[in-house]
Amino acid sequence: MKDVAVVGFAQAPNVRRTHGTTNGVEMLVPVFREVFDRTGLSKQDIGFWCSGSSDYLAGRAFSFVAAVDAIGAFPPIHESHVEMDAAWALYEAWLKIRTGEVDTALVYGFGKSSAGTLRRVLALQLDPYVTAPLWPDSIGIAGLQARLGLEAGLWSEKDMAEVAARSRADAAGNPYAQVREPVEVAELLDAPVVADPLRAHDIAPVTDGAAVVVLASAERARDLVERPAVITGIEHRVDSPALGSRDLTRSPSTEAAARAAGAGEVTVAELHAPFTHQELILREALGLGAGVRINPSGGPLTGNPMFSAGLARIGEAATRILDGTAERVLAHATSGPALQQNLVAVLERD
Amino acid sequence: MSAAGTEAPETPEAPLSAPLEVGFDYTRSVGPVLGEFVNALRERRILGVRGSDGRVHVPPVEYDPGTARALTEFVAVADEGTVLSWSWNAEPLDGQPVTRPFAWALIRLDGADTALLHAVDAGSPSAMRTGMRVRARWADEPVGHIRDLVSFVPADASPEPEPAPPSPPVAERGEGEPVSTVITPITLRIQHSASPEESRYLRALAEGRLLGQRCPVCGKVYIPPRGACPVDGVPTEEEVDLPDTGIVTTFCIVNVPFLGQRIKPPYVAAYVLLDGADIAFLHLVLGCAAEEVRMGLRVRAVWRPREEWSTTLENITHFEPTGEPDAPYESFAHHL
Amino acid sequence: MAKQLTAVLGTGQTHHRAKRTDVSMPGLIREAVDRALEDAQVDWPDIDAVVLGKAPDMFEGVMMPELFLADALGATGKPLLRVHTAGSVGGSTALVAATLIQAGVHRRVLTVAYEKQSESNAMWALSILPPFQMPVGAGAGGYFAPHVRSYIRRSGAPTHVGAIVAAKDRRNGALNPYAHLRQPDITVESVQASQMLWDPIRYDETCPSSDGACAMVLGDEAAGDAVPGGAAWLHATAMRTEPTTFAGRDQVNPQAGRDAAAALWRDAGITDPMSEVDVAEIYVPFSWFEPMWLENLGFAPEGEGWKVTESGETALGGRLPVNPSGGVLSSNPIGASGMLRFSEAAKQVMGRAGDYQVDGARTALGHAYGGGSQFFAMWLVGADKP
Repeated sequence: MKDVAVVGFAQAPNVRRTHGTTNGVEMLVPVFREVFDRTGLSKQDIGFWCSGSSDYLAGRAFSFVAAVDAIGAFPPIHESHVEMDAAWALYEAWLKIRTGEVDTALVYGFGKSSAGTLRRVLALQLDPYVTAPLWPDSIGIAGLQARLGLEAGLWSEKDMAEVAARSRADAAGNPYAQVREPVEVAELLDAPVVADPLRAHDIAPVTDGAAVVVLASAERARDLVERPAVITGIEHRVDSPALGSRDLTRSPSTEAAARAAGAGEVTVAELHAPFTHQELILREALGLGAGVRINPSGGPLTGNPMFSAGLARIGEAATRILDGTAERVLAHATSGPALQQNLVAVLERD
Repeated sequence: MSAAGTEAPETPEAPLSAPLEVGFDYTRSVGPVLGEFVNALRERRILGVRGSDGRVHVPPVEYDPGTARALTEFVAVADEGTVLSWSWNAEPLDGQPVTRPFAWALIRLDGADTALLHAVDAGSPSAMRTGMRVRARWADEPVGHIRDLVSFVPADASPEPEPAPPSPPVAERGEGEPVSTVITPITLRIQHSASPEESRYLRALAEGRLLGQRCPVCGKVYIPPRGACPVDGVPTEEEVDLPDTGIVTTFCIVNVPFLGQRIKPPYVAAYVLLDGADIAFLHLVLGCAAEEVRMGLRVRAVWRPREEWSTTLENITHFEPTGEPDAPYESFAHHL
Repeated sequence: MAKQLTAVLGTGQTHHRAKRTDVSMPGLIREAVDRALEDAQVDWPDIDAVVLGKAPDMFEGVMMPELFLADALGATGKPLLRVHTAGSVGGSTALVAATLIQAGVHRRVLTVAYEKQSESNAMWALSILPPFQMPVGAGAGGYFAPHVRSYIRRSGAPTHVGAIVAAKDRRNGALNPYAHLRQPDITVESVQASQMLWDPIRYDETCPSSDGACAMVLGDEAAGDAVPGGAAWLHATAMRTEPTTFAGRDQVNPQAGRDAAAALWRDAGITDPMSEVDVAEIYVPFSWFEPMWLENLGFAPEGEGWKVTESGETALGGRLPVNPSGGVLSSNPIGASGMLRFSEAAKQVMGRAGDYQVDGARTALGHAYGGGSQFFAMWLVGADKP
């Protein structure tokens, strides 16, 4: 089976609100152009296209259909779509290249979270018979998870604030980030709780955005970029939806995915944790020690574009290889309430 | 479902945007396991189900999380229990169980091994703590729905402070029959935005103009203009004023009524290709008997009175025949 | 090509009905899944991954329902993917599952598609009108009827051809114990006498609105070799997409469908589909799409698909039986409809199609399309290894 590498990444600015449509066209047209410029490819060179987005985020059935206009999809293209974060679209594209059927793929994700009330919309991911009819919002559920760990002594409010402070400090250097003002831990801890036990800094912002990653077979990748980021492992797992029967302080699906992907030693990890305490759960599940650089991009706490934030983690991690600053990196994406579903990718210098 | 009027944009050039409300009362058949659970709720009883590992799951799960086996052994549990974790919801959202600030909690009912996610109406976060005892507050008239459990309250709480919300709608069923379907209303409010290109077209419509745009790559004239030409992936640019005359390329006669329909059937839904445009759009053809509408029929727009114009194609009530000879099939065959 | 050989090990489906009010969504899905596991003679520990497909989440009012269904799908602790490619989704879901085997990642994959339309109202969900739009839309029938009219005009087909398809598929459905509509006594005349809904489409020429699910277990070469009586082997797969509308788009005979079919035949080494394919399960939600897709797929020259239908060649016993299971016209659980086509094709070459078995079927096509005739997914399966 063919090895697969990331050869390009581009993203739209992470912003609280765009004027664009919910089908993402206005965000996608420029990022497609950017990633083509960067790789020297054109749309005719792409063997397979795969995207991730959500009808419920857009409030419309078939909202992803108009997004293909941004491609200019005629003559017809070989294309697929997952109703998941586009990190899983990348997984599907990775499979396609592995089979040898194609040797390039373009993966994109987009979402306009600002079109609705995100924390309320996400309640519709819960069991529709006995849970969703109560409209438990995503922040409330994360708060339950955070308190379990706080009271079990697994993490402290200070640990959580440190995650936020580090994220913001790093985001100051990322022109695409939404929240870019550095702030001290003490200052964060002085702020009031907004969803006890969570403070504002514990919660990822509501973000509109889009991201694109270009994949190529390892052979093809060498012709396109100097240092392709070869995907040496990519795995994903899902946990039970029954929140009350899970140990919410752990992420067994992340542990299993990391084991299967051969996570091992890495120097950089981009983690898709929309809440500070979730990063702490993930670090434990992934066995990331103090020496590992977490979210040099600033991560989701400084910009969390739904349905592309997971893909952006892979793009950001790959960028450390592409720019020659790292040899072996890890990327993670999540989906569903309280880290229910998780994907882990390991990328290495060729 | 409904759509309200447009919002005033911040500047004349900002894309148009308007709220869209999407709502439906979903009818959920519950099947045997969840059916047992909701019918017990109607009698103010709470049932769990025993999992493959012996744990009692409340709420019941139909299939075991560990083995995927179907679960069928029901176990009655108490309507009191212990809070395992909680978070404070300072700004309740539409549809949530309590309208004033409340706590979300994972509650292990006595006799259960797993926790139920529900609201605790405790008044203030200072009244909440992990390990506290809570009891169910039941609806005055349970109907067989998870919302028969209005909320939980601290076990030592005095009588309920605010009136219970109304019960959810109930599905029709035979006299004495158990509940087999629960109804869950889902309403979302979405801010719908038109693209910048479409907004220019909509604003032109408000002036009685039909504004198309040409793709800078393929040169085709699109109406409405596009954020991306579907063939070339770039926004349409050069503006082209189009006449309000054209032809019917193809059409159907809608005879079927359906939920949410805004036009009374029968009506002719036709693809109208304006003179000078390279793509047709759907509109109504009236002004002649439905069976007289033909492919190639020459039509002209019938506009509403000027004072009713706004940023919508509905400014044109319909198209009607001009009486000119039909366009020959060969002239529009490539638009089908 | 480095693709691993891939086979269908077993299939399962629900009894499709307008309202399956006897089951929940998990219960509906498990009816199909349990039958597929039994048909494939595998148990949960044998399943490496699960791929779920369905049409818009708004049909059931659950956002990404695969998340709440993880336990019912036996996916907890395993990889779970959710595909959504509009009406073609049942087919593309099966293709994603196949890719997991072809890429050598897994040995056995469960793939499932479902729709429980009775939870809401599909016409409503498909006709939600955003602000600024003209309220002309009238669901899928209203969308496709003008293009059917274009086909009739372009091909010169006699108007009773649609009724021939409808009567055939409904009579076929009567042979299928799982079909939603089972009408052994329907005739071309009775179809023509039914109400005109979206002129030129009549009531009896439209698909029903169904609750239902379909599941398949796919496996690698070793797993396929172990299937008693023989597995269905994948000979080729294809997917193509084009935009919903663009200037000069051929909406009757879309290029994306023609390209997908050409790739399918090329990869399977087929030069004359009409003589080399024994049976086809084609996504025909409105009767006229049978002749339209016969042309699009290359079974007939452009403009002549209706002649194949009119001659009776697509009936059971004909040269190319199309939709012997009754097809979408007999059962339409939207998200599952495409997977039903794929699984019915597999059943034919496995000799498991019961009363609608095509004698000697060795090669079968499964086909699905969606959106505005713009998403296409297809596979060709055979009784022999490719």
